[in-house]
Amino acid sequence: MHLGYPSEKTKKITTRRAFSALLAAGTAVGLLASGAANAKVEGDTIVLGSAISLTGKYATNGVHAQNGYEIAVKKINDNGGVTVGGKSYKLKVVYYDDESTPARGAQLAERLIKQDGVQFMLGPYSSGLTKAIAPVTEKYKIPMVEAEGASRSLFTQGYKYLFAVLSTSEQYLASAIDLAAEMAEKEGRKPSDIKIAMAFENDPFSLDVRAGVMDDAKKYDMKIVIDDKLPRDLSDMSATLTKAKALKPDLLIVSGHSKGAATAVRQINEMKIDIPMIAMTHCEAAKVTDKFGAGANDILCSTQWAETLTYEDPLFGTAAEFHEEFKQTFEGYTTVPYQSAQAAAAVMVWKDAFERADSFEIGKVRDAIAATEMNTFYGPIKFSEAGNNIAKPMVLRQIQEGQYNVVAPSKWASHPVNYPRDAGF
Amino acid sequence: MFDNLSLLGLAPVFNIQLLLDGLFIGAIFALAAYGLALVWGVMNVKNLAQGDFVIMGGYIAYSLAELGIHPIFGLPVAVVVMFAFGWAVYVLVIRRVIDRDLFTSLLATFGIAIVVQQTLNLIYGPEVKIAESGFAIRSALDNQLTVADIKLVSFAMAAALAIAVVIFMKRSRMGQAIRATAQDPRAAKIMGIDTDRVYAFTFSLNAAICGAAGVLIAMIWVIQPFYGITHSIRSFVIVTAAGFGNLPGVIIAGLGLGVAEQYSGFVMGAEFQQATVVGLLVAVLVWRQIQQSRIRQVVQ
Repeated sequence: MHLGYPSEKTKKITTRRAFSALLAAGTAVGLLASGAANAKVEGDTIVLGSAISLTGKYATNGVHAQNGYEIAVKKINDNGGVTVGGKSYKLKVVYYDDESTPARGAQLAERLIKQDGVQFMLGPYSSGLTKAIAPVTEKYKIPMVEAEGASRSLFTQGYKYLFAVLSTSEQYLASAIDLAAEMAEKEGRKPSDIKIAMAFENDPFSLDVRAGVMDDAKKYDMKIVIDDKLPRDLSDMSATLTKAKALKPDLLIVSGHSKGAATAVRQINEMKIDIPMIAMTHCEAAKVTDKFGAGANDILCSTQWAETLTYEDPLFGTAAEFHEEFKQTFEGYTTVPYQSAQAAAAVMVWKDAFERADSFEIGKVRDAIAATEMNTFYGPIKFSEAGNNIAKPMVLRQIQEGQYNVVAPSKWASHPVNYPRDAGF
Repeated sequence: MFDNLSLLGLAPVFNIQLLLDGLFIGAIFALAAYGLALVWGVMNVKNLAQGDFVIMGGYIAYSLAELGIHPIFGLPVAVVVMFAFGWAVYVLVIRRVIDRDLFTSLLATFGIAIVVQQTLNLIYGPEVKIAESGFAIRSALDNQLTVADIKLVSFAMAAALAIAVVIFMKRSRMGQAIRATAQDPRAAKIMGIDTDRVYAFTFSLNAAICGAAGVLIAMIWVIQPFYGITHSIRSFVIVTAAGFGNLPGVIIAGLGLGVAEQYSGFVMGAEFQQATVVGLLVAVLVWRQIQQSRIRQVVQ
């Protein structure tokens, strides 16, 4: 009995030793192959790294993001690349599949930085993955420009090397409050007379959205008459809607991913809920126009970006031109998801920062990113101290005759808002 | 919370709305719970995959709707398909665990639940799906009160299905065999009843009933691969409250649970709907315990 134990242990140790020897040899070979530059800039190529969800539950959106990175890299390389110190460099992205799991994402970020020598990172897909990777990039002081993590909590940690081009989650529906106030004033009522009914899923993202709505409602002193939290496995909100019928709010706000949008639109029709303004998130993902047709009319939906916006930049041109080019580059897209657009914008931030820093020294590049102030087809980009983009607003689109038309904020609106909502019953 | 209560007093029409919504959905809960009562009572298997069978039925209706067939025809299709599926699951898994202890059958059915969820997720993806009936919506009192026709139809179908099952259990040979096996499997075996076949039939019947309930759920609510668990919990609460041999009890408990969920959602908020279900279960168990201890004292 006792004899077996040590021998097994020695065996283990030998295998472990053999393994680490192999590893060392491998690293040595790798180092020789990649040269002394340690891979941040190889010859005339700048290497960016990203752990991204190519399989698992986020695979669809992970691929959208990757396509966004790729189209921007290609476009930049085709248009003269990145000019640093009078020399033109090409961009390249090294990807690893994080399988949609945060632990794997953090591991791969370590691998990108320590083994592959990547010193400039692009973000993963989703807030959860970004939350897992940000501590790693922070530890090694490697700047990361991310495009897919919207959670507010990412920007309250005091991270110095994390930058996000998208609007954070608490802004998702806050503009609906401004719009309601605007409409009230038009009708000769005070914004403080507005009654709001809210139904938010009990998850970190939706509660972030709720926090933003609460802040803005407080600003106008509006009255919140319903504040229900929807369960994770939501399939019925008729009790909440019956309450809305009884209390007659002026604005109904729902956020609970696509199941929240689908359930809400279905039951709003079924119960003939007549509220002048209804706003929600994830209408597109829930495909409410396909599923409910006219039943989804005049519902307001928030989005990060839309191809109808009047943003533009010298590289891609207008938002609409980006939209066309993307559809031609990648097969199978009828509309381009905002996930792809913002990913492309993140790559553009890198190019801009390298050129302004005119150096590959991490500290300088990091400071250049922090000082970013640029217009892109995706919208204006300017980072706060915390690293989130404070220049680009969330836009509200209203479903009008089955089309998503931008109606707020008024600066970017392409169509006037239909108010009050014509429910059609 | 008290504001909402007083609202119900001020505007009684909303009570009617809540009651109707609760009863319509409660009828479907009762259907799935009756299936569980059968399996539990006859085979002593606590089927944790009950809700997942319901969701499978929902996806059958959804698939038909995608093919351009009205989802209401999913009802007979789901009954047939789920019956066959139930039989297969019985032969593959349940038969092997039926004589084992409680935990083996719990683990086995939990495993089935996971396999069903993940398979549905692979086929249909994680987004919610619905099967739109396209039926009209009735309303009264200036839209204060609304009833979707699909809810009336599904209520009628649930009732018809329940009556059919009851007649089947009372009149048919197989129904009698099932009841005999439930009373005493050994005696039934001695009398020449093939109990293995009875078990297989009971399990398949349950799957078929669940499938039918799922079709109705998909037309009234929304479905998603991982929604089975809430339906399982509801079925367990109803059966625990009513007891297995008690069909009227299951119906009343099912309808009551539907109404209770609606009221708790209205008065306390949507976040308390599921808590109400579980809270009621605890209350029923405590009440049962008190009752039983009284009986025990009488016996002593």
